[in-house]
Amino acid sequence: MTQTSALYRKRVRTNRVALMLSMMAMILGMSFLAWILVVLLYKGFGALSLSLFTQPTPAPGSDGGLFNAILGSVMMVGMSTFVATPIGILAGIYLSEFGRKGWLAPTTRFINDILLSAPSIVIGVFIYTVYVAQVQHFSGLAGSMALALIAIPVVVRTTENMLNLVPASLREAASALGAPRWKVVLYVVLRAARAGVLTGILLAVARVSGETAPLLFTALNNQFTSYDLNAPMANLPVVIFQFAMSPYENWNSLAWGGAILITFGVLCLNIVVRTMFRKKI
Amino acid sequence: MQTSVATKRDMSFSQAREEPAAVAAHGTVPKIKIRNLDFFYGSFQGLKQINLDINEGMVTAFIGPSGCGKSTLLRTLNRMYDLYPGQRATGEILLNGRNVLDADQDVNALRAKVGMVFQKPTPFPMSIYENIAFGVRLYESLSRADMDNRVEWALRKAALWDEVKGKLNQSGLSLSGGQQQRLCIARGVAVKPEVLLLDEPTSALDPISTAKVEELVHELKSEYTIAIVTHNMQQAARVSDYTAYMYLGEMVEFGLTDEIFIKPKRKETEDYITGRFG
Repeated sequence: MTQTSALYRKRVRTNRVALMLSMMAMILGMSFLAWILVVLLYKGFGALSLSLFTQPTPAPGSDGGLFNAILGSVMMVGMSTFVATPIGILAGIYLSEFGRKGWLAPTTRFINDILLSAPSIVIGVFIYTVYVAQVQHFSGLAGSMALALIAIPVVVRTTENMLNLVPASLREAASALGAPRWKVVLYVVLRAARAGVLTGILLAVARVSGETAPLLFTALNNQFTSYDLNAPMANLPVVIFQFAMSPYENWNSLAWGGAILITFGVLCLNIVVRTMFRKKI
Repeated sequence: MQTSVATKRDMSFSQAREEPAAVAAHGTVPKIKIRNLDFFYGSFQGLKQINLDINEGMVTAFIGPSGCGKSTLLRTLNRMYDLYPGQRATGEILLNGRNVLDADQDVNALRAKVGMVFQKPTPFPMSIYENIAFGVRLYESLSRADMDNRVEWALRKAALWDEVKGKLNQSGLSLSGGQQQRLCIARGVAVKPEVLLLDEPTSALDPISTAKVEELVHELKSEYTIAIVTHNMQQAARVSDYTAYMYLGEMVEFGLTDEIFIKPKRKETEDYITGRFG
């Protein structure tokens, strides 16, 4: 009898309306994402070929690939991850494990959050001012620095969050055996959170591998294959930016190819992260 | 007859020490002497003027309603509270005659001597073998063979060896709840502490695992001094030699377990153990 009461019918109606609104919002958001992916695949699929991975960027009108840009991106992202990982993890450990009392940890956390949401172009300009302008030339090293500055706050944040998820009882149990604090953190807490911490690092990699703005001011670009971190270095985002803006058809096509590479590279990384995380839970 | 014996083994330790006969009969050599212990969570006083002796080679049980301070008392004995800012204890806890509350007490060395097993099983995220070797390595450097022996010895002590001997390299987290708790006990025993603190060790276990852990307590007490917190009155009666009843941070009654359960001196104790409490 209650099923048919006026109040119940009203509730059913409200439920339907709310459900419909949220479905519409979901469809609106997802359709743009799907649209981007479809256009990307449609335009870029033709550019995918073996030479994309083996040839350096060509002059207008001639054949070539993105080898130098892929190489530069891998080198700079690798280097920035190499620098950002230990700094980020150690800072995250400090925030979660040692900074319980005092003002230093809250302040650090606050500044880290600002850095986390800072526009990446600001970081590019910063490295330009303090490094590139001093040594008077663009370089892969400067690019790596800018990317590391973007990656560090991501790693700090996720490391802290993941360590906070480790139950206090585990810390107590290790301490109760007489283990000094650093051993508790290193061998027990960090180990319990390792999947999550690794997730943070991979997310940082995914984040920096798509960054364009900070590289414009630091690594610039290089038309030739270069292994020299002290010289301007090609990289996928900036190459995509320049080639997409150019009037040359073969450059445009390469830009689409590069866009596919980055998008699906990051997608794969995200899938890896998610499956790892699922296993943990 | 029983009455006179009961009076002799009185709760008051000043008295117990004046009774050499009782001392001899029950090995009442205090391992830990607690004197005028107060404990504070910030401004809240969790323990009020606790005086108590924990005797060597005996099992002492702490009973009382939730929030009465029994776990708090246990956690002062190995200074577990040190991990948290705002918690502090005043008074004296003498272990082998030395006040462990002293500022210059090395808490890690203290915790190596006073082991603890918690309410929930807390295996470390490593193999069964490493779970036990971790604690041992902290204070001893053993050869591989000696370590193997120590791990087996500890697992046998915890009545777990037969169940895990074929899978020592598996994660400690792969064990069942009861096995995990016995692994934690093995881990605590492996470092050969002098005192073992058990904080409701069976409250998360099924009856069979509980029985195993209780048997274990019986076995272990010949070598260790054991203090156990429990919500289960039957358990206290089964495993302990001495029982302390606490209420609202105060020690209401302390004495031989038989006396506490058969003839408690205080009305409050009787009400609690007969279930008429509150």
